[in-house]
Amino acid sequence: MGMTMTQKILAAHANLESVVAGQLIEANLDMVLGNDITSPVAIKEMEKMKLSGVFDKDKIALVPDHFAPNKDIKSAQNSKCMREFAYQNEITNYFEVGEMGIEHALLPEKGLTVAGDVIIGADSHTCTYGALGAFSTGVGSTDMAAGMATGKAWFKVPSAIKFNITGKLNPWVSGKDVILHIIGKIGVDGALYKSMEFMGDGIKNLTMDDRFTIANMAIEAGAKNGIFPVDEVAITYMQDHSTRSYVVYEADADAEYEREILIDLSTLRSTIAFPHLPENTKTIDEITEQFKIDQVVIGSCTNGRLDDLRIAAKVFEGHKVKKGLRCIVIPATQQIYLDAMKEGYIKTFIEAGAIVSTPTCGPCLGGHMGVLAEEEKCVSTTNRNFVGRMGHVTSEIYLASPAIAAASAITGTISSPEQL
Amino acid sequence: MKANGHVFKYGDNVDTDVIIPARYLNTTDYMELASHCMEDIDKDFVKNVKKGDLIVATKNFGCGSSREHAPIAIKAAGVSCVIAETFARIFYRNSINIGLPIVECKEAANRIEAGDEVEVDFQTGVIVNITKNETYQGQPFPEFMQKIIKAEGLIPYINQKNS
Repeated sequence: MGMTMTQKILAAHANLESVVAGQLIEANLDMVLGNDITSPVAIKEMEKMKLSGVFDKDKIALVPDHFAPNKDIKSAQNSKCMREFAYQNEITNYFEVGEMGIEHALLPEKGLTVAGDVIIGADSHTCTYGALGAFSTGVGSTDMAAGMATGKAWFKVPSAIKFNITGKLNPWVSGKDVILHIIGKIGVDGALYKSMEFMGDGIKNLTMDDRFTIANMAIEAGAKNGIFPVDEVAITYMQDHSTRSYVVYEADADAEYEREILIDLSTLRSTIAFPHLPENTKTIDEITEQFKIDQVVIGSCTNGRLDDLRIAAKVFEGHKVKKGLRCIVIPATQQIYLDAMKEGYIKTFIEAGAIVSTPTCGPCLGGHMGVLAEEEKCVSTTNRNFVGRMGHVTSEIYLASPAIAAASAITGTISSPEQL
Repeated sequence: MKANGHVFKYGDNVDTDVIIPARYLNTTDYMELASHCMEDIDKDFVKNVKKGDLIVATKNFGCGSSREHAPIAIKAAGVSCVIAETFARIFYRNSINIGLPIVECKEAANRIEAGDEVEVDFQTGVIVNITKNETYQGQPFPEFMQKIIKAEGLIPYINQKNS
């Protein structure tokens, strides 16, 4: 029986000829990632181990991005714990404030993740790197500790769902709408334990940033990973960002999929996830009732890349943020920030009345830089709209694309740029 | 190895943001995390939970963030076992890795009600509802995971392998 792309990568990293869904394997890791929230727990666990030191100081990435620049004393203690660990163990890829960005935008940009890799990260959105054709998945702090010490992790080989992508996106529709549409269709546990394998001739019409957004939210359908084939777009990206050699794996023609879902990009409309689950989706045309929005966030590991800022800036051009609404824009990395400055996007945001923050995950998880008060409503390009995720338990989050978020910041209700 | 206690019952898609809200993730102190466990969906949980009690939920328990603080908070609050129809995969791994027993069982997840007294045998996966006088067959752990649980977590398991 043939293997899926994910299964081939896992087999190669477990030194096995082939693997089948459900098989338990131990795989060699190319990268182990942690942040300022999950790493301190992992470091505590590592101290309990009889092994000393890390398996490979070049294959660990530590990024203080969640509550950094630190929001309070306890967060500062956590960052300090990670920083000291990084220095003691001479971790090559420790990114201090000033160099850091949101981890899942930063790692591909720094060339640390390439096609064919097996990557674990103590952050659920580690699945982002599937956009480049890597197997990457979120784990907890103990797995991170074991990974840092041994360079290995155990996995149950996943079965797969095939998404056959055709067509081309319409103006103002982007990767976020594709993944919200998919989650709306299959539900927040629709791909539980499985890999989401994106294929089809429509892939070539998706930008690299669209693919990062789509792979990033595979976890929001419960998936173990999301993965894209390695085409010219991905190869160009890796050549521009990485000196590491990559390996291209392709699914066998007779690979087995539990389900096949056809996605025609040309039929998709801007899609918004209503509280309190990413599966509660409506297209912009299905929204009949309008209500006042208090805050808009444009950023995060899902939508803080240059494409996202370009789209938002285009919408803001010649417009102002609605009086009484706060709009917070967060470029995901320092490089994206610089590029956005060069392109004039930052000027556009500030002139429109938005604020621009240094890279941080901050508001996405109700940490800092935009926490919501009682009963406030926020349109956000982030990835989760769970109860209390961005602040007070009675606040509400509407997940949307950068185009919808920017247009909503201008009108003060959920809107599309088409309506401006 | 068995768990025995009274049940706190929840529904589908209990996410890790409500198990332990991110506003408390600036600490790694287990007892402090436990003192806020389930706070955003059940304010009375921490007040009422007793050592040995169980959490029973339906689909996709523990979805969302990879924060290990979630199973840590549940375990430190005194919960002896979580039963659900299905678990989100990162939560499942994390629970095993820190030695919080979890069992998948659709029938138990749907039949058991809040306050029921329940006993779980981790080796066999057999769940006994003492209050209702019913028995359900949960999924026992694969051998590989049983070894990790027997060692009381992944780190002691690796230590054993290396000693």
